Amino acid sequence: MTLKKLLIIVSVCLIGFGLCISCGKKVEKDAYKVGAVFSVTGRASFLGDPEKKTAEMAVEAINKAGGINGHPLDLIIYDDEGDATKCNLAVKKLINKDKVCALIGPSLSGLSLAVLPVAEKNEIPLVSCAASYKIVNNEETGKPYHWVFKTPQSDSMAVEAIYSHMKTHGINKIAIMSGTTGFGASGRAELLRLAPDHGMTIVADEKYGPKDTDMTVQLTKIKGKAPQAIVNWSIGPTQVVVVRNWKDLGMKNITFYQSHGFGSRENIKLAAGAAEGVLCPLGACNIAEQLAADHPQKAVTMKYLKDYKDKYNETLSSFGGHAWDSVHLVADALSAVGCDKAAIRDYIEITKGFVGQHGVFNFSPDDHNGLTKAAFNMVVVKEGDWALTD
Amino acid sequence: MEQISIAGQLFQYLITGITVGSIYAMVAIGFNIIYDVTDIINFAQGEFVMLGGLTMVLFHVSFQIPIIIAFILTVMGVTLIGILVDRLAIRPIRQPSVLTLIIATIAVSFVIRGAAMFFWGKNPFDLPAFSGRNPITFYGAVIQPQYFWVVGFLIVVVIVLSIFFDKTITGKAMKACADNADAARLVGINVNQMIMLSFALSAGVGAVAGIIITPISLMEYDRGAMLAVKGFGAVILGGLGSFPGAIIGGLILGIIESLVAGLISSGYKDAFALVVLLCVLFFKPSGILGNIEISKIKRF
Repeated sequence: MTLKKLLIIVSVCLIGFGLCISCGKKVEKDAYKVGAVFSVTGRASFLGDPEKKTAEMAVEAINKAGGINGHPLDLIIYDDEGDATKCNLAVKKLINKDKVCALIGPSLSGLSLAVLPVAEKNEIPLVSCAASYKIVNNEETGKPYHWVFKTPQSDSMAVEAIYSHMKTHGINKIAIMSGTTGFGASGRAELLRLAPDHGMTIVADEKYGPKDTDMTVQLTKIKGKAPQAIVNWSIGPTQVVVVRNWKDLGMKNITFYQSHGFGSRENIKLAAGAAEGVLCPLGACNIAEQLAADHPQKAVTMKYLKDYKDKYNETLSSFGGHAWDSVHLVADALSAVGCDKAAIRDYIEITKGFVGQHGVFNFSPDDHNGLTKAAFNMVVVKEGDWALTD
Repeated sequence: MEQISIAGQLFQYLITGITVGSIYAMVAIGFNIIYDVTDIINFAQGEFVMLGGLTMVLFHVSFQIPIIIAFILTVMGVTLIGILVDRLAIRPIRQPSVLTLIIATIAVSFVIRGAAMFFWGKNPFDLPAFSGRNPITFYGAVIQPQYFWVVGFLIVVVIVLSIFFDKTITGKAMKACADNADAARLVGINVNQMIMLSFALSAGVGAVAGIIITPISLMEYDRGAMLAVKGFGAVILGGLGSFPGAIIGGLILGIIESLVAGLISSGYKDAFALVVLLCVLFFKPSGILGNIEISKIKRF
């Protein structure tokens, strides 16, 4: 019994001591709290992991430079594991318990659409890191949702970049392949929707599962229809396997276009030489070294590339760049208007010329994404690295 | 532009189907080894496959160990993990019912997947193909050399296991445990040891499957679950507990998927495979080569 009492007393003392320390450390100004939800683990970890790392790095840099007008930035990151329920709970927790001024994320389009009503209802700005156009376009009104923004380029911009590139190279008979994930399905829908506008004839429309082991069958079928080019829209290991199968089947005479989901050098390495000649649309941060010195994004992308490599010693993926854009967008708003949700929203909506990793953003009341198809550069895989092409 | 004939296409679909089916069959065999001895469906079977692939990458690519030695080390390592699973998760359960043991294997699969995520990270890994990546053209179809390795290993595994179970005392003792554990105990068979051996064997077979498919499909920490689902489908289709059934089930699933994707619609290939599975179960609930009499005396 006495031992138990002693233990209780000791632990109470320790807790008290801990509290004192945390009181003592408190800086003069309150921290600005911003919440973030990323799919750090689970099926979309290839998005959430670099996003979390980038966000933490960006916040560290801001705080090291003295915070935002003297206020330290406190970024609270939760992992939704790619699960809509967990994502919803995390967002509610950030709003009600952590009382954050703004939200960043989620990483996935499906989850962003799932939590969008929560942000609208609680009147808190949300800057999504997911691609779908639907996140910033209310289908009923045709206008953006009041409180919701997003930083990644939309699928439709990637499709337009690919189709324009095809047109300049005389390609009009194409086959499309897509993974049966949200990303693949959404890209496929855009490819089909925009094809007539660009005079494209789609001769084959093939699909495969996100964990399929081999795509030879789909490609053989496409080979039989003899298109001029293949567009593949998927994420994860399947997009590497599909490129390898393409090479094994000797289909080099059919040009291969990948979506912007291919935007990681890791994928070129994994393809083991098969990716040579593959084309894809990429944001500026993937090709920082190749950008011309007078490119408006040269400075920010080079700095991000260097900092990320120094800190984490791994190859940069384009997805981290979305988190960089979101964090800095919110930080800029905080520095201009402070922790006032409505003011932050209004500030982001009128932000013009914000130079980010994936483009120069020009927001407006009708455009909560702020990018055009110019945010994509067509690149080709050449000698195991990206090379700009026109 | 180079054209491909209809016959060439069909041939290509068959070859791909057989390769993918062989992988399913190999996973299915792993299920059957444990089921035959313990009546447990081991839901961590897919995790053994994943561990096989990733451990091989670690040994062969990261440590630069020659391929044959790395292969043996990997199979031994994953076998050891199979033994640990039995020792740490299956044996300590008090008053085990088959259902609690199955649930324990689900927990094991989560633990292994989580550990693999921490150890290897979330990116997919590649393994060089065993005999290069120059495909062979054959009647208009293209065959990757790795396909031969997949089918070849399936045949070797089946032959070795058949000899083991039919000709050796240990193999026969394992089968005895499956028929009646209490009677096996009475004639002096160490049932616990046989259960441990079954986990070791199926982990070893899983590891082989993982090693041979990684050069084709890459490997990442969460691929196990999907492979387990497909392998389990093959087991049910062929008949629970039957080795020839596992092979037939796996090959049928693989070929149907491939033909449906090629000839009908690639979006519905999994659905068609499952419809065939349901049809077979409707007409023959014990699976193609399963025996309804035997399945009645099983506990699960």
